[in-house]
Amino acid sequence: MASVELTNIKKVYPGNVEAVRDVSLTVPNGSFTVLLGPSGCGKSTLLRMIAGLETITSGTCKIGERVVNEIEPAERDIAMVFQNYALYPHMSVYDNMAYGLKNRGTPKSEIEKRVREAAALLAIEDYLTRKPRALSGGQRQRVAMGRAIVREPQVFLFDEPLSNLDAKLRVTMRLEIKRLHNRLNATSIFVTHDQVEAMTLADQVVVMNAGKIEQIGAPGEVYKHPASRFVASFIGAPAMNLMPGRIAEAGSVETPGGKLPFDAKRFSASGEVEVGIRPEDIRTADGANGVPFKAELVEELGATRLLHGNFGTTPIIVAIPASGTQYESKEVRLTVDPAAVHLFDRTTGRSLAR
Amino acid sequence: MQKRAIFGGKTLPYLLLLPQLFVVGVFFYWPASQAVWQSFLLEDAFGLNTSFVWFENYKELFADAGYYRTMLTTGVFAIMVAGLSLSLALLLAVQADKSIHGAGVYKTLLIWPYAVAPAVAGVLWIFMFQPSLGVIAHAMRNFGIDWNPLLNGNDALLLVVMASTWKQISYNFLFFLAGLQSIPRAVIEAAAIDGASRTRRFWTIILPLLSPTVFFLVVVNIVYVFFDTFGIIDAMTQGGPSKATETLVYKVFFDGRLGGNLGSSAAQSVILMVMVVALTAVQFRFIERKVAY
Repeated sequence: MASVELTNIKKVYPGNVEAVRDVSLTVPNGSFTVLLGPSGCGKSTLLRMIAGLETITSGTCKIGERVVNEIEPAERDIAMVFQNYALYPHMSVYDNMAYGLKNRGTPKSEIEKRVREAAALLAIEDYLTRKPRALSGGQRQRVAMGRAIVREPQVFLFDEPLSNLDAKLRVTMRLEIKRLHNRLNATSIFVTHDQVEAMTLADQVVVMNAGKIEQIGAPGEVYKHPASRFVASFIGAPAMNLMPGRIAEAGSVETPGGKLPFDAKRFSASGEVEVGIRPEDIRTADGANGVPFKAELVEELGATRLLHGNFGTTPIIVAIPASGTQYESKEVRLTVDPAAVHLFDRTTGRSLAR
Repeated sequence: MQKRAIFGGKTLPYLLLLPQLFVVGVFFYWPASQAVWQSFLLEDAFGLNTSFVWFENYKELFADAGYYRTMLTTGVFAIMVAGLSLSLALLLAVQADKSIHGAGVYKTLLIWPYAVAPAVAGVLWIFMFQPSLGVIAHAMRNFGIDWNPLLNGNDALLLVVMASTWKQISYNFLFFLAGLQSIPRAVIEAAAIDGASRTRRFWTIILPLLSPTVFFLVVVNIVYVFFDTFGIIDAMTQGGPSKATETLVYKVFFDGRLGGNLGSSAAQSVILMVMVVALTAVQFRFIERKVAY
């Protein structure tokens, strides 16, 4: 196992299309790092550069102690799991898993041993003689993972491996990948656009946008302390409410819905700002305090209830526990914990946290 | 969408089938049955008397050493043309499949020879290699290479093979390219990560995945060599010198049209028909079984 270190990585495609611009990132040994971002943000390109399937325009990519920029994918000692599985259709499951070892001249008995072990680990022992076309999507994904495991590589790369599976299977496979990682403890880099996958799998989330890294941090960290407006709106469902604000006096921000206190120890802000409040951080209050709010629409989600309405002039969403009270078309008051108010620079979008 | 049409009676569906059956009947079954009938007849030298001789024409044919020689020529011809045109086309297709500059132009240029009529192709090649006026023949003579397709049977066969191969490469190229492009990129990339070298990837991943295309093309190429090279041979060598380039189809034409031996000619075409039917049957069986990955 090894760490992966990217320094000032850039990828420019012909026609001057910048897919990845100046990315630096360290994936510690044994870490499960998730590259998260919307489609076209460069996360897959970044992964493919680590794999050696794309050339690196500039910057260095190190796996372990070795700079691998000019090294063939085969020599990088990595294994990759693809979105559409990429199994060899004409080979049996066994041969699919054994192919990489055969290419490296591993003795037959060793291949047999490793394939059997991986198959047992992934519960695909019964399918070893089958061709991929005779397997279901989940089984194919298992074979693809088995093919990666038998190689015992330094780094595992996952390119949106779950997005071709149906919703239920995706949850199961997600748990299996997590369990597998806990067991093998191999350095893994996982690309996804699904924030739930990112939050549940990662010990390090890398949020990317437009070819750049927006924030690197633990899942809790990127949720609680988003470094930019983009991260704030991308992570969390429903998305964070964003509204314009103005700092009139210390520790309080003027919003379209009224004055809101914020944690002046965390943020150093003045003048025009962007205010962000998560739907689940807003509380309903019975008293006369708080901002008046009328829910125009209520979405019932079972455990929670989403209230859609206007916060002054800005439309917002409020998530409250689905307890007895019906709020539809009823005037209530909303309060926000000062610690849950996020402030961003209105022009750069960066967090104003100290 | 409903694909099955439902008819009230039996008259209308048969009526609708009639035009198709008419075309097939008139243009295929009728001539074919005529050939079978002809192959049982023997005509005298003046065309005055025709007698029914059962399998006499066939017996005579299989007793004739010349017929076996033509079979051998056809076999050699078929193996050479199919082998050469398939391997060259595959090589070109693999190159074209890489992302290169001007790939579109390259592909278009490679497809052009297919649009040239066989007889024209033959004339083009004979012009280049004609000993007295061909450009290439002239150049080769200057290099001291003694190569004369008008006198030497092997030289003639080689020339016909080259022309036929040249003509067929385009067709094979198209199918190979389509086949290559239908192999998912990720599979090739997975193999690259799995430590397979470029050559190993070709033999263990690409070629097996291309095997349905290869099989299809082998059958198509054999049929091509058997029948469609007639124009090339007729334009270049007329089966000569001394029958060195005479294929089975050319012999049918030669014996029937020029030799006036209609009975033997018909018997030969019936044998050819059986061969093609067999080839096609094999192809259908295998394609059904192998094509679906």
